[in-house]
Formats: sequence, C-alpha cells, structure tokens
Amino acid sequence: MFSGLMLTAWESASIVAVVAGVVGFFIVLRGSAFAAHALPNGAFAGAAGASLIGVDAIVGLAVFSILGALTIAALGRRARHDVATALVIVLMLGLGSLFLSMTTEYAPQIYSLLFGEVLGVSSSELVPIGVIGLVAIAAILLMYRPLMFSSVMPDVAAARGVRTRRMEVAFLLVVALTTTMAVPVVGALLIFSLLISPAAAARSFTSRPLGAMGLSVIIALATVWSAIALSYLSNLPIGFFVGSIGAGTYGAGRGFSAWRRNRQASPRQSSQTLQPGVAG
Amino acid sequence: MPGFLSPLIEPGFFSNLPVQTALVVGGVVAVVSGIVGTFTVMRGQSFAGHSLADIGTAGGSAAFVLGISPLFGYVAMNLMAAGVMEWIGIRRPRGRDLATGIVLGAALGLAALFLYLDTTASSTTGATVNVLFGSIFTLPASMVPFIAIFSVVAAGIVLVMYRPLILTSISADLAIAQGIRVRLVGIGYLVALALAVSLSAVTIGAILSTALLIGPAATALRITNRTGRAAVIAAGIGVTATWLGVLLAYDSYYWFPNGGGWPVSFFVVTLIFLGYLVSQLRFSGRAVAQRRSSAAQAP
Repeated sequence: MFSGLMLTAWESASIVAVVAGVVGFFIVLRGSAFAAHALPNGAFAGAAGASLIGVDAIVGLAVFSILGALTIAALGRRARHDVATALVIVLMLGLGSLFLSMTTEYAPQIYSLLFGEVLGVSSSELVPIGVIGLVAIAAILLMYRPLMFSSVMPDVAAARGVRTRRMEVAFLLVVALTTTMAVPVVGALLIFSLLISPAAAARSFTSRPLGAMGLSVIIALATVWSAIALSYLSNLPIGFFVGSIGAGTYGAGRGFSAWRRNRQASPRQSSQTLQPGVAG
Repeated sequence: MPGFLSPLIEPGFFSNLPVQTALVVGGVVAVVSGIVGTFTVMRGQSFAGHSLADIGTAGGSAAFVLGISPLFGYVAMNLMAAGVMEWIGIRRPRGRDLATGIVLGAALGLAALFLYLDTTASSTTGATVNVLFGSIFTLPASMVPFIAIFSVVAAGIVLVMYRPLILTSISADLAIAQGIRVRLVGIGYLVALALAVSLSAVTIGAILSTALLIGPAATALRITNRTGRAAVIAAGIGVTATWLGVLLAYDSYYWFPNGGGWPVSFFVVTLIFLGYLVSQLRFSGRAVAQRRSSAAQAP
C-alpha cells in the first residue's frame, strides 16, 4: 500500500486535502458552495481541451478554472449570482463534451477526469501540485483578515472600506487554483465534496474560526487517507469513498451539534463523539 | 423558420426516425423545463436544480447497472434526493446551499461507483458519456409514452399550484399570511423540479440538464417580469434551442473532424448561453433596476 506509485498518491492527496480544508472553510463561511462546484466542472472542459490540442492537462485546468472564476465574477455583477454560475457551469461542461467527442479518449480516461484517479498522478506532477497549493494557502493567509471580515459581515466590511467586490474575485481565483491542483487527484465532480464536507462538519464542532479551520484540515486529511486506503483494499473508485465519507462526517457533525444543543443544560460534556474522521 | 433554414438542412433530416423521436422528445422536455425553470430562477434555487441534475447521474448509472432505462433511474433518484434535500433544510436560505451540496457530494460518490461498475462490467464504454452528456439520438421510441406521462405530471403540478407557487416564490412571509401552506407548495414544486430535471437529463445529459432548466427561464425573466409570460417565452426559447441543436448536430456529421458528428448537448447548451448573453445586453438597462428591487424582496 505504500510502494512507489502509491506513495505519490498519498503525497498528492495529502497536499490536496490540506489546501481543500483551508479553502473549504471560507467557502462554507461565505456560502459560495455553488461556485465551488462550478469551477471544477469548468476545469473539466479545460482538461478535455488540453488533451485535444496535446498540452499538459494542468495547463488546461488552470486556464479554464481561472477563466471560469472571472466569468462568474463578471456575470454575477449584473445578474443573480446563482443563475450566472449555473450557466457558466453548463457552458463549460458542454464545451468539455465537445472536446471529448473530438478526441479519441477512451471512456475510462473521461471517467477518471470526472471522478478522480488517485494513481493517475505521476511523481513529476507533484511539484506543480505542491507549488499551486502553496500559492493558494499563501493567498488565503495574506488576505486572512479582510477575507474573514467580508465573509462574516459583508455590509459592515464594505462600510469599513474593505473592497468586498475585489475580495470576491480574489477568493474565486483561489478556489480556481485549488481546483487546478485537485482535479487530477480526486476528479472534477468530487473535489467539491472534499471542499465543503470537512469544513461544514468542522463548523458544527467548534465555532472558533482558527479551530474550525484546523479541524477542517484534519477531517479532510482523514477523509482522503481513509478513501485511498479503502479504494486500495476494495479496488473500488476513490471518488465513491470521498463522497460517502464526506457526507458521513457532515452527518456526524450535525448529529453532534444537535446532541450538544440537547445537553446544553448539563455542563459536563464528554469527548467521546469528538472523532469526526472515523465516523464515515 | 424551416423555409429560410432549408439550405442548411441535410437531406433525410425529417424522414429519419431517431431524428423524429429526438425532435418530439426534445420539444416536450424543453417546454416542461421552461415552465418549471421559471420558478426555479424566481425562487433562487438554481443550485438545487443543478444539484438534482448531477445527483441524477447516480440514478442513471445505477439503471445502466440494472439494465433498465436510465429515465427511471433519474426519476427515482431525483425524487429521493429532493426528499432528502427538503428534509435537511432547503428552506433556510443560509444553510440550504450547504445541505444541497452535501447531498450532491454523496450522490456523486455513488455515481462514481456505479459508472465504474458500468465501465468495468461491460466492454461497451458508452455508459459514462451517455449518462453525463445525453444521447437524444439513441432514445428508443418506446420511451416516448413514459416521457409524455412524466412531462404531464410535472407541468400539471406547476399549473395546479400556479398562484400559491408564485406567491411563495416572491415572498414566503406574505404567503404564510395568506394562509398558504408554504412547505407543501415547496414539496410539490421540488417534485416537479425532480421530474423536469430527469426529463432533460435524458435529452441533453444529466450534468447538462441545468442548461434547459435555468438558461431559457433566466433569459425569459430578463425580457418580462410577468411570470406566466416568462414561462411561455422560456418554453419557446428552450424548444428553439433544442430543435436547432438537433439540426446542427445532424448537419455536423460532415464537419471537422470527420466521422463523429458534434454532440447535440453542446449545441443546445451553447445556443441557450448565447440567448442569455443577448438578453443581458439587450435588456440589461431596463431590467437591472427591476431585478434589484425584486431581489431585495425575495426571501
């Protein structure tokens, strides 16, 4: 399970999980789950197009997810955000289906683009994945305070001189970067699950921002690691495990906060349910 | 319309049985999607609509494993997902994107599993593309009655609850004050949405069906503010885009790169998006102010 090829898988998936945990925390906080779902879908078209003209998939992923982020930001300025997002998604997916019909890719390759192929990451791809991940984390750290402010209280932040509009675009670009590095590992459709499930679960365990962010990273790592191990042992696709473990941890989080609400009267709190990663 | 298009139409277009089925089914589905989609846009539930579409992939791919028509898979899965989404709280504006997203993530995981089983169990590799991107030309004529029934049910639900649905979509508080059972209306609407999404999943594919649902309706709501008129215009735009898409896909058989033809779904989606862009440019000045004010009122 820890041989050469699998080692690359563990490393790339761990990087993805850390970045997804941090970025996902802000996605949940800002309620931009839809955009987080849209960008990976758009990136799928990029990967398909890249394979059509014969360039590296990661270039196509980056170009299309960044274009998608800017389009959503531009269209969202003039119309309802969700409509703009929905239309950008389907346009990108439509392009993806066109590119795929033109290439001679086999169905399994299309499949792995959409649902992930953890063994599909080669060791030479680790460097770009790591670099992009670092840039994404650095960007989040750099704008941590204004981003947090504009996420929690957009109106007050705007009144205090935070450029919320610019914050939104910058944040979408960070999501685009995350997408670019994550799609080859967990697939276009399931990066979404990794972005929001751990963060959503973490928020029901603690309300302190830094604590929730750390917990979100831990849950994301636990999700990915158990998904790889289960996928390796059962020979079933990793995406299946990421999706169901993600939903499981969220369910555990919801259950925990409901339980805590019921127990509010009694001050004693046992810590036995504080094991989110195991829950799935 | 056919008159000025006739030089563009390849010979044999109208006498081809798969094309005839595609035109009929595509037309019916576009009408239903336009009607239901108008309310989806008004209620700000584009994400729910899109999620149901994606969730449908799990149903469609499961149907492939079982060897039944994907349509039944879509319908069963989407109805179930609509139920779960309603149960875990689609009504609260803040939490509902999250609730939707979690269900979506779990369902996509299932789709990954089923599609994997499809591609490994049978050597025919079509399942992934068929479920995700649609296959209007390979639709068997025997499915037409079922599609008709589901269409009538979906459109019927919307028409029966027409007035309460408008009221709850614009202002839930006002609807409660009027004695409307908002939750019941919401559930009925979700059922219609689940059916509409399943139907368009059959025509242009599960992950693209959002286009038929949201695109024409969003365009129509830019053109007019009246719900009934918007639904009619949306249906018209949807039908036009679908038929043109079928026609172009048929013609594209002789385009670059030779041999395959371009996918119908690509044309339909692109036409719908272009329509939306045009309406944005044309009507934006007038509509933005109105939409601002209506968005401020929306729950």
